[in-house]
Amino acid sequence: MLEVIGVNSVDDLYSDVPSEVIFRGEYDIPEGMSELELRNWFKALGRKNRNLVVFGGQGAYDHYSPSVIAHLLGRSEFYTAYTPYQPEISQGTLQYIFEYQSIISELTGLEATNASMYDGATATAEAAFMMVASARKRNAVLVSATIAPRVLDVVKTYTKFHGIELRVIPEACGVTDLAAMREMLGAGDVAGVILPQPNKYGIIEDLSGVADDVHAVKALLTLNCDPSTLAVLRSPAEWGADIACGDGQSLGMPLQFGGPYLGFMSCGNAQLRKMPGRVVGATTDAKGNRCYVLTLQAREQHIRREKATSNICSNQSLMALYATIYVSLMGEKGLCEVNSLSANGAHYLCNKLVESGKFQLAFDKPFLKEFTLRTDLDIDALNRKLADNGIMGGVNLGDGLVAFAVTEKRTKEEIDRLVNLMLED
Amino acid sequence: MKEYDKLIFELSRPGRKGYELPADRFEIDGLDAIPSELLRRNEPELPEVSELDVVRHYTNLSNKNFGVDTGFYPLGSCTMKYNPKINEELAAMPEFAALHPLQPAETAQGALELYYNLQKALASLAGLEEFTLNPYAGAHGELTGLMVMRQYHISRGDTKRTKVIVPDTAHGTNPASAMVSGLEVVEVKSKPNGSIDVEDLKPLLDDTVAGIMMTNPNTVGMFETEILEIADLVHNAGGLLYYDGANLNPMLGKVRPGDMGFDIMHINLHKTFSTPHGGGGPGSGPVGVAKHLVDLLPNPRVRKAEDGSFYVDTDDKSLGNVSTFFGNFGVMMKAYAYILSLGKEGIKNVGPMATLNANYIKESLKDVYKLPIEGVCKHEFVFDGLADKSTGVTTLNVAKRLLDFGFHAPTIYFPLLFHESMMIEPTETESKETLDEFIDAMRRVAKEAAEDPETVKAAPVTTKISHPDETGAAKNPVLSYRTLKSQQ
Repeated sequence: MLEVIGVNSVDDLYSDVPSEVIFRGEYDIPEGMSELELRNWFKALGRKNRNLVVFGGQGAYDHYSPSVIAHLLGRSEFYTAYTPYQPEISQGTLQYIFEYQSIISELTGLEATNASMYDGATATAEAAFMMVASARKRNAVLVSATIAPRVLDVVKTYTKFHGIELRVIPEACGVTDLAAMREMLGAGDVAGVILPQPNKYGIIEDLSGVADDVHAVKALLTLNCDPSTLAVLRSPAEWGADIACGDGQSLGMPLQFGGPYLGFMSCGNAQLRKMPGRVVGATTDAKGNRCYVLTLQAREQHIRREKATSNICSNQSLMALYATIYVSLMGEKGLCEVNSLSANGAHYLCNKLVESGKFQLAFDKPFLKEFTLRTDLDIDALNRKLADNGIMGGVNLGDGLVAFAVTEKRTKEEIDRLVNLMLED
Repeated sequence: MKEYDKLIFELSRPGRKGYELPADRFEIDGLDAIPSELLRRNEPELPEVSELDVVRHYTNLSNKNFGVDTGFYPLGSCTMKYNPKINEELAAMPEFAALHPLQPAETAQGALELYYNLQKALASLAGLEEFTLNPYAGAHGELTGLMVMRQYHISRGDTKRTKVIVPDTAHGTNPASAMVSGLEVVEVKSKPNGSIDVEDLKPLLDDTVAGIMMTNPNTVGMFETEILEIADLVHNAGGLLYYDGANLNPMLGKVRPGDMGFDIMHINLHKTFSTPHGGGGPGSGPVGVAKHLVDLLPNPRVRKAEDGSFYVDTDDKSLGNVSTFFGNFGVMMKAYAYILSLGKEGIKNVGPMATLNANYIKESLKDVYKLPIEGVCKHEFVFDGLADKSTGVTTLNVAKRLLDFGFHAPTIYFPLLFHESMMIEPTETESKETLDEFIDAMRRVAKEAAEDPETVKAAPVTTKISHPDETGAAKNPVLSYRTLKSQQ
């Protein structure tokens, strides 16, 4: 090979590099390992983790993943492929993205869905960009204080650097203060509003009339939702939202210490050309066969450069396949069953803890699988004790508030055990 | 099934299902407590299919795909190297996969240790001080890195630095990331050989410049030999240097971005560190910085305590959060497994072997394809179409014909420097035999183009579909099954 190239050594291939930047030192990494050693190394590292029975949520829910999904995701024709830029040999990827878009659009009720984004928080930040881009000249976005704090943090970062004025709508009794929101809409420079459903306390907010209020000042409404719950809860379209976004993790994805998950985003056709991210469309080929291609690329960075709707140039493709297979297996009925089992378990746990007198419902509002209690007990100490007993307790929200999540995976025995541990002295 | 073309929705039969859940044992109706105005009115139309329907359907779809495991994937600037199978298995270990991101740090020490050690390993390989692994992808890393750049100047009260210099040959993501981070893009011209024109750069370096974004090797695969001078010029003007890690592979084990003067960089774990591309993601885009920028990295941070344990921290000086939790942790596991497999010695071969393979292909084909930039390239190079253009066979035709011969196409029409760009990157994981087969295929296409150009122009002919109507797709967007059905 060197002869074909016309050099004497591999080092000669770097003769154009200034010699002072050629690295001649030792890297601070271990010696190479065989596969057997590697496996043992990871096993030993894994023993430093403890798998807990999960009662925490706050953006990551321990739903059941049917066995089939991992087997199908393990097909290397899917996971070793690149972005489907060559449609002739990427119909597998393109078709499942089309199916994913179709499924998310069914859940949100909005016509157009992109091929997925990084996570729910970044999708929400991009929704803020999208609303400002649609509004022209108006540069403020309102976001409810009841949105998950980790989502709010990311939206704050993105909008700060992008020069968008972010204003936080206060909360009242555990939900968005709608009177305050209406007042803030009067400022004249509001491009859009972002509200959560359910919110950070697990509460399902009553958003009746909100879309009308928002649209009356020609602003747009984004709802940040949990897609799993959309099988039973009023859909973003039914609330009158223009954009829906959120994290797809609840569609059976492994917790995986926080990722990979996916961010989903849907919008009405009116907003389609301002939507960031990849989109797949159906078309036909030269022989008239139905096929799928990446489309509307004129919005994207590789064509539009600094005038693009976003800098995103990938999607969480394999996780979109995950969500697609999950929803295909479950169907509408299965998703409803997941929600009802989760809600039953959550209400059972909530009743047990409230009956003890040591916990009170923080806000007397409807909830599904996640709920927030108030207590005088030391929540961190309680959670340490639970962890010692193999349980992840509720997430400490501060100010004596603790948020529990119950999924269909939690048995009555597990809940009873949690309750006993929490209530014993 | 050869002609399989159904959508999962079209397999649907009322009442069919593909799951089993335990019976309810709570004797309480949780949904009953939710007022009806908060409940859904219109049922979503989701597939009703059996488990076997699902398995066959997606297995059939997978057969319509081409992955690295299917064949050679010489896609320039994408570094499609082999994805070791053991890494997939390790990332799926329940000891890690079942961890909740908010469970107590004491119960997730293995995961935190992996995060910490991977960031240390990347820092050592890059010649930088510390990495955050939170960004989800290369573009997300770019955005995060540019936020570090802006935050640095803002934290010093130097608020007029709002411009970032980007070479005119840069990938479109660079200027797009700059726009999102609130920076204004100033283009610096390239010389005919694709390198930055230092004379054009000098007058741009005033006190409004926050920094410069570069790759090295650059977009045409050539090393920027004047990098040390460029670094001095930018630093002396008060700017920072950002390294786009898209082209890190040929440098791995040979040259460290930090040693070339870069202050900030991102790495694509799905390129240089062998994690699969997943059909477009999930990737991972860790961002590394020099010592003076460490405090600005995004939250949350994973730190090591004096007693050797690991904990999650937030820093007030940080630019903020860019991810819900810790990024794509599952991808990090695969990248660390790759680093441990190669080890401190093995990793030194990565860059040189990738460079060797690229130059071998380039020299073997430059008589029949037009090589606009002579000389030793790094991990990739660009042809400007066929040497003989008289037959009207374009780069697109050549790319599609390669599909017929069982190869993935190179990256085409990028960089924009040449009309018929065809960018080829073999990576270090391919054998000489595979490279020779590809070279033969490329020569065969060139021969066909000369003797029977219509055959090349008609390609592909062996693929499941050919010549999709992309214009029609954009003119009348059909983005869901519901829309498709309504138009039938």
